[in-house]
Formats: sequence, structure tokens, C-alpha cells
Amino acid sequence: MSLQPLDGPRIAVVSAVTVTCDGNHRWQWRPEGIEEHRLSRDCREGRCGLFKDTEHLVRLAAVVVILVGIFIAVRAAVVPKSFGQYGHYRGDAIAEIAARPIAHAGHEICEGCHTDVADQKKLGKHVVVPCEACHGAQAKHADDPASIKPPKLDTAVVCSRCHEANSAKPKTFPQVVTADHAQGLACDTCHQPHRPKIENEPPQATPKKPTGGKK
Amino acid sequence: MEITRRHLLLLLPAAAVAWKYVEAGAPETSPNYKVSEHWWGMLIDIPKCIGCGSCVRACAQENDVPEGYYRTWIERYHVDDWRIERPSVESPDGGKQGFPHEEDIGKDFFVPKLCNHCEDSPCTQVCPVGATFVSPDGVVLVDKNYCLGCRYCVQACPYGCRFINPKTNTAEKCTLCYHRITRGLTTACCEVCPTGARQLADLKNPKDPIHEFLKTHQVQVLKPHMATGAKVFYSGMDGSVR
Repeated sequence: MSLQPLDGPRIAVVSAVTVTCDGNHRWQWRPEGIEEHRLSRDCREGRCGLFKDTEHLVRLAAVVVILVGIFIAVRAAVVPKSFGQYGHYRGDAIAEIAARPIAHAGHEICEGCHTDVADQKKLGKHVVVPCEACHGAQAKHADDPASIKPPKLDTAVVCSRCHEANSAKPKTFPQVVTADHAQGLACDTCHQPHRPKIENEPPQATPKKPTGGKK
Repeated sequence: MEITRRHLLLLLPAAAVAWKYVEAGAPETSPNYKVSEHWWGMLIDIPKCIGCGSCVRACAQENDVPEGYYRTWIERYHVDDWRIERPSVESPDGGKQGFPHEEDIGKDFFVPKLCNHCEDSPCTQVCPVGATFVSPDGVVLVDKNYCLGCRYCVQACPYGCRFINPKTNTAEKCTLCYHRITRGLTTACCEVCPTGARQLADLKNPKDPIHEFLKTHQVQVLKPHMATGAKVFYSGMDGSVR
């Protein structure tokens, strides 16, 4: 192993090596057995350390500690308590979103009061159609049936949303071209919306022009 | 009464216990609901969809969706025999008022669309502030109090399911009616669907009929090549659907 100190003559290859001060407060590899007089005065008097002028470093460290402390305090103040509860987001947001009031009561609630309509529907194919599909969101009406009344529906609009003929609809779904089929009449002139099949009338009284499927 | 050191020593632990409840805030609105017991998705049976737009109207009413924006919408696909990979797609007013009379030659069908509530959702990965997230029960939600409105997520969603609400200027999307499903109800769109084309699915509930359906039917998700872990399963979907 060949070593050369920063100053002084080249020293021959040695085996015993130690880390020590080179006399200029720099640490380096150097062989053992260096002469005492070649060390600087600081080193000889025991003031030789890893750092020089440590009071500067202490001040710098104090400033860093204070800044980190301020950062932690500010962060604790501005980051919501529940942030990170489940992941990288505000855990309380889940409960806030879940707290929204509902608008659709659900057909079970409707059928609790409107048993006559529910019985009518059971007799026809519209048994599968939920109430609010046609009548719209009625949770407010369900909460306060006396003062909030659902609006009257225009069957010419409501029925055609489902039953207007369209080649994209399933072929087995009953469809009509309303312009030909109803000729401007509202659907509930002939059909009872909750039980739409016309049963107690002769067939010619029901003008039908089914297109694209069975009626 | 003078507060002595002895009093203070007795009061401090009591105050510490009370503080926990102050920090906890209001109790949850649905105490019986445990997020760890659910994993939500949806099943859409395309051959059953009649394009009536009930789901779109119900969604708008349930969630106050602004006019001209859609958290769910219906697309009408028309596929010519000779260009199966280039379908023509239309969605007038999101299909809110149904579709007008139309007879085409070729293949036509409706595809209801909504947020796919991806397990590895691209939209939550790009949010710079943690305003959007996949909840522990598998619903992709937006914290509107935290959202900056930077629109990264709107661009990142491969399904086009997000928009910026013009009133709040924050990102908005389908919440899978989180306020309903946590109360034991189904979503507004599933509630009103007259043909049962849409069905809410709890994949962690062993009694949910979704499991039997998935076993016995061929289902797909949209854009499977993007590996988003989409949880809206489409049954009977044509290969031309994008």
C-alpha cells in the first residue's frame, strides 16, 4: 500500500496504517510513527477534532431544529385530523359524502301507502317498473305526504321514453311509433298506466301499429 | 373554588379523555355500516337496456347534477356490418329523455355508462392533493372540500366519467350513491331501472346474486387493456363498445 501525506517526503510502503490528524485539521490515512514535531500546535495540545469552530455548527443546528419544529407545528395545524386515516385523503370526507340526504324513497316506501296502485300493478306487466321511474324522486313526498304532492305526469311524454320504437331496443320489448299509434292522443286515454294492457274491449278499439317487436 | 395543583392533576386526565371525543366530531350517520364489509360494483345487462333514460334522470335528481353534465349516461351504438370496429355512437342529452324513434339496418344497442369505480383508478393516482380516493369499500369518491379543480383527474379518466361542476369548480363524478348504499338502499339509477338492466353489486357479500351471475355469464369490463380494475361489469356487451 503506497501512501503519501499532504506534506513532507514520500514515505515508504508500510503495513500499519491509522487514521489520524495530518496537522491541518484534515483527516487522512497516514502511517503510524509520524514524528511529533510535524503535527500542528492545535493537535499537539489536544484541540484537534472532527470539526473546526463548532459554535457555528451549533447555531446552524439550532436554526434547523427550530425550522423543523415550526414546520411540524404548522403541518399539524393545517392538515385535517383524519387525513391519512384510511389512505392519502381526508377520512372524514367519507362520512360527509354519506351524510347527503336521499331523494328517491324507493318503491317499497311508495307501496307502503299506495297499496291500491301496487295491487293494480301486480295484475300487469308494469309490476317490474319502479314507481320513481315515471314519477321522479319522491323522498320529500314520502316524508311529508300531506303538503308535498308529486306533479301530474304527461303520459304522452312519460310512456314514449320507454315505448318509442327504436331498433336499439330489445326485440321483445313492446314498442310503438307514437306518432302513428296514438295520433296525438295521450296514452292514458286508452291505457291505464299502472296496468297498461287493454283487456275488456274488442281488439279493433285498440289501434296498434307495433314496429320492431311484439306488442 | 381555587384550583390547586392536586385539582389540576385530577382534571388533566379527565380533560384528555374528553378531548378524544371533541376531536372525533359528529358520529357517523349510518352506524351499522362498516366500510370493511363491502366492496361495491355494478352489473349492467346490456340486452335488457331499453334506453329510457330513467337512470340519467334519477341520477340528476338524486345528486343535483347540473344541466348538461352527466354522472351516468346512455350511449346508442350503431354498428354497420362492414365496419365493426368503427361504431357510430350518439347520446342526445345523455339519453335523459330517452331516444327518438329510429330504425337502422345493422346492429344497434344501448350502453349505459357511469364511473367504473376502478380498483386501480387512474383518476385517483393523478390527484395532487389527495382529494379523490378509493374508499375502503371500493367506491371512487371526491372530497369537494379538498379538491382544487385542477382537472388532472378529468383528463386521466379513460372512461370520461368526470367533469368540473360549474358552480363549485370542483371535480364531480358518480359516487355510486354513496349516501344511499351506506343506508342499505340501492343506487338511484338501479332503483328506477324498469328492466333491471342495472344492478348494484356488493362483491364482499357472499349472498349477493352477482356471484352466481358472474359464474354463469360472460361479462366484460370497459377498456380491460388499461388494467384499471374496473368494477362495473357488462354482460352481453358487443366488442365494438369503447
